[in-house]
Amino acid sequence: MIPAAFDYVAPESLDAALAALREGGEDAKVLAGGHSLVPLMKLRLAAPSLLVDLRRVPGLTGIDRSNGTVRIGAMTRHHDVATSDLGLAAKAAATIADQQVRNRGTIGGTLAHGDPASDLPAVLLALEGSVVVRGGSGEREIAAADMFQDYLTTSLAEDEILTEVRIPSPDGWGAGYAKFNRRVEDWAMVAVCAAVRKAADGSCEDVRIGLTNMGGTPLRATAAEEALRGRGLDAASIASAAGQAAEGTDPPADLNASEDYKRHLARVLCRRALEEAVAAA
Amino acid sequence: MSEGNGTHVGQRMRRKEDPPLLQGKGNYIDDIALPGMLFAAFVRSPEAHARITSIDASAALARDGVHAVLAGNDVDLEAGLPLAWVPPGVEIKAPEHWPLAKEVAKHVGDPVAVVIGSDKYAVVDAAEDVLIEYDPLPVVVDIEAALEGGPLVHDDLGTNRVHDWSLGGDVESALGAAEVVIERRFVNHRTAGAPIEPRGVIADYRAGDLTVWSSTQIPNFLRIFLAVQLGMTEDRIRVIAPDVGGAFGSKLQIYGEEILLAWCSRKLGRPVKWTETRSENMAATHHGRDQIAYVKMGASRDGRFAGLHVRIIADMGAYAMFLGPLIPSLGAFVMPGCYRWDAVRTDITGVYTNKMGTDAIRGAGRPEATHYIEVMVDQMAAELGIDGVELRRRNFIPKEEFPYDTPVGMTYDSGDYQATLAKLLEHVDPAQERGRTADGKLRGIGFSTWTEICGLAPSRATGPATLGVQAGLWESALVRVQVTGSVTVYTGTSPHGQGLETAFAQIVADRLGVDPQQINVMHGDTSQGPQGLGTYGSRSLAVGGEAIARATEKVVAKAREIVAHKLEAAPEDIELRDGKFSVKGSPGSGMSLAEVAGLAYIPEGNLPEGMEPGLEQTAFYDPDNFTFPFGAHAAVVEVDPETGKVDLVRYVAVDDCGPPINPNLIDGQIHGGIVHAVGQALFEQMAYDEDGQLLTGSFVSYALPSAAELPSFELDRTITPSPVNSLGVKGVGEAGTIAASAAVTNAVIDALRPVGVDFINMPLTPMRVWGALQEKGGVTA
Repeated sequence: MIPAAFDYVAPESLDAALAALREGGEDAKVLAGGHSLVPLMKLRLAAPSLLVDLRRVPGLTGIDRSNGTVRIGAMTRHHDVATSDLGLAAKAAATIADQQVRNRGTIGGTLAHGDPASDLPAVLLALEGSVVVRGGSGEREIAAADMFQDYLTTSLAEDEILTEVRIPSPDGWGAGYAKFNRRVEDWAMVAVCAAVRKAADGSCEDVRIGLTNMGGTPLRATAAEEALRGRGLDAASIASAAGQAAEGTDPPADLNASEDYKRHLARVLCRRALEEAVAAA
Repeated sequence: MSEGNGTHVGQRMRRKEDPPLLQGKGNYIDDIALPGMLFAAFVRSPEAHARITSIDASAALARDGVHAVLAGNDVDLEAGLPLAWVPPGVEIKAPEHWPLAKEVAKHVGDPVAVVIGSDKYAVVDAAEDVLIEYDPLPVVVDIEAALEGGPLVHDDLGTNRVHDWSLGGDVESALGAAEVVIERRFVNHRTAGAPIEPRGVIADYRAGDLTVWSSTQIPNFLRIFLAVQLGMTEDRIRVIAPDVGGAFGSKLQIYGEEILLAWCSRKLGRPVKWTETRSENMAATHHGRDQIAYVKMGASRDGRFAGLHVRIIADMGAYAMFLGPLIPSLGAFVMPGCYRWDAVRTDITGVYTNKMGTDAIRGAGRPEATHYIEVMVDQMAAELGIDGVELRRRNFIPKEEFPYDTPVGMTYDSGDYQATLAKLLEHVDPAQERGRTADGKLRGIGFSTWTEICGLAPSRATGPATLGVQAGLWESALVRVQVTGSVTVYTGTSPHGQGLETAFAQIVADRLGVDPQQINVMHGDTSQGPQGLGTYGSRSLAVGGEAIARATEKVVAKAREIVAHKLEAAPEDIELRDGKFSVKGSPGSGMSLAEVAGLAYIPEGNLPEGMEPGLEQTAFYDPDNFTFPFGAHAAVVEVDPETGKVDLVRYVAVDDCGPPINPNLIDGQIHGGIVHAVGQALFEQMAYDEDGQLLTGSFVSYALPSAAELPSFELDRTITPSPVNSLGVKGVGEAGTIAASAAVTNAVIDALRPVGVDFINMPLTPMRVWGALQEKGGVTA
């Protein structure tokens, strides 16, 4: 449990952090809480030569709601998201690991890490949010749909730093989060997040469903969404839509969950998440 | 009881040992630093079975601060790692077992080389630079495949069959005559000890003397084997077990790392330290359980038990560990459980596989035995259509029949099984704990009425000519009253988290009339106090505590003689009252222990004619029998039929370990013990894939349950003294672990039986339970 040797800097501005990252080359990594990266280093599954810690960079924390968009600073702790009024994001963040991890881990850190078993990537994807990144060539916004490329791989360039997370305002949406794990602090075996907006007649005006740990990246349950959008929100249509939650997925199996079992869980959890979301909509 | 009036014994005294531990002032192996100390890092086999074809250490040796890289053939020891069980008349096929594999690595994690250097980080880096080429050999992982012609783990043995051992009589006749016979196949899967502190060793050889600090349960045994393997005499060796952060049996072992570090220190002339990583702990600290059992049980139609035949195939892993092959036999001794039988028989076959060695893990053979017995009792109850609780009542050994000679040759010391079960049923009503819940869960209740054999000791029944343990199993104590009246107690046991310093102090305090806080309990240092044998098998109180009580009584006897002499009374007229030794009827004339000690150490005219000065006494205690604690447990579970997830929602335990010395410590042991077995039943599994790769090498995948997964336990007790020792105590460290896996499993089966699932093996993971439901067509919420 001893990591390989590495250098460490904690710059006091974003520009300095970007410069350090650039100079550190391809083996430099950003440290933004460290509750995913540091364990990997201790197991020597990751061996960055330089850690650029963002903890002293000003302006990267806080939640700002204006004009229908929520802007969350990349270094905002999970605890602060979990205790906010951000609907689905808050519900999902409240289930991350344990309180110690929620006090240290950050939203930007977990999204940039790109672990499909983590809670927030699927939420960002389902909400059609985006991330703002800064690099040598300036700032750009990456839509969630373009963000997660493969297992632990995102579309951030090596010299870019994620600075802000944007999600639409949760106003008018009901949220549901159904996470299945063996122990409360575990990563999700499977989790399903759902957001539902009701039409005036009580039918489903819009629905978003995200799947956690059902593939190499977070996924949208598109077939289930389409099955429900525009339909009534009664138990039968919810169950029917949820039955399609695992359509097109090829989940990774492990000791405790076969592919079939994970697909089954996705369907059960989708129904439960939808029921919760509809009740809150 | 002693003359002490029980001021301290029986009280919920807070643990004396906790303040320094809670304040970060403990003294664990990794806290200890010696001048000039070097560090060791091990290079371990990534292969389950492979010939070591080359080792290139040049890059590692070229690194700064690296002093040596050693492989198996570089190390010359007088003997290999020990197997301390040699049962008379039974052949155990034991392979050579060296601290570093010499030609062939036999399991993932088998040490192949060690890097020694001056920096604890640098040696880990250097270990990555040791280039080892392996030629993979066929791997055998499955226990039954290993027995039935699978690849050989040890070519030179010509078989994977370790040994065959049996206990019990003609069970076939009993089963043949029984009206109803059922048979089940159990898989009692492999688990880890998973102590919070992994292992650690420091060895310091200088000027002919060797000092070894080790996170061990058995410092005295370690000293003996260091002497044997290094060709030294014990008088030149000191072993210290400082604060030890848990063990659960996993540090009841003579590990290669302990021997090798001592050898390296002697070779290099410098102290050497190794601190095990969690990854190493999971892969290369011994595991437990891992049995397949074919169990046959016979009974009459009206529910009288006739015969029980348990055929166990036990996975030893790749080597015969210190006591590994003995462990399943410990279960055989209590295979009758709490019941009367015509015959009980256990047949055990040990098997080698390409996995880490197995040995004692909390309960050691008895959790497996209780699991088989208690699950079978419920299976039989269902077969007969008799309620499981009622079936137990009909077959319990009645309390009038104790001491009770079982059909397997044990004599149960004392018991009142009806009383514990009756008390349990005061707390839980089975009728209220069954059926479908409002949210669609399947609720069920399971019972486990258990007994176990502990207080290991006695030597007459465990030694070379009988059971075959190559040691005595007595315990020792030295009680020393210093000149100012302070008291130091030396015990040969080796506490590692149980709170025994507190319990021992309570025993001594009552007898000497002093405050327990004034009593310093010393343990885990072979240079202090007499030879002892360590902590395992719930023996520390029943054997070690009794030794302390006896040594204390000897001190009291001497104190009374001194006081009698001084007060011109007869020794038998001296009593301890309100902290003073006084003449009966004249409390005003009494003397405190400090005053007595002053006389004992400044004897000028103060001692009776011919009495030696000083006030300390030693006792060696070897009991006449084992002790047999018992209890009745009930688990209530709710199963989510859609996901298969099992929630333990209630756990009620009534245990009997004799008169409590400190109820807090008992509750703590019961709590931890229950969690350990709930862990096995629902969460924990050491799993290897078919290539022998470890799948559960960290706490991410090895799912130890936390408080969040468990209900608050409901505990109660009955008190049935053991006649074996003067304290009446029976031992409690393993009780919860021995009882609980059967209660949980029976509860899950009880919950699932209405939907057609009537038997299932652990671990009861969500996928396994869901799979069992799917086989019955599935259940909707």
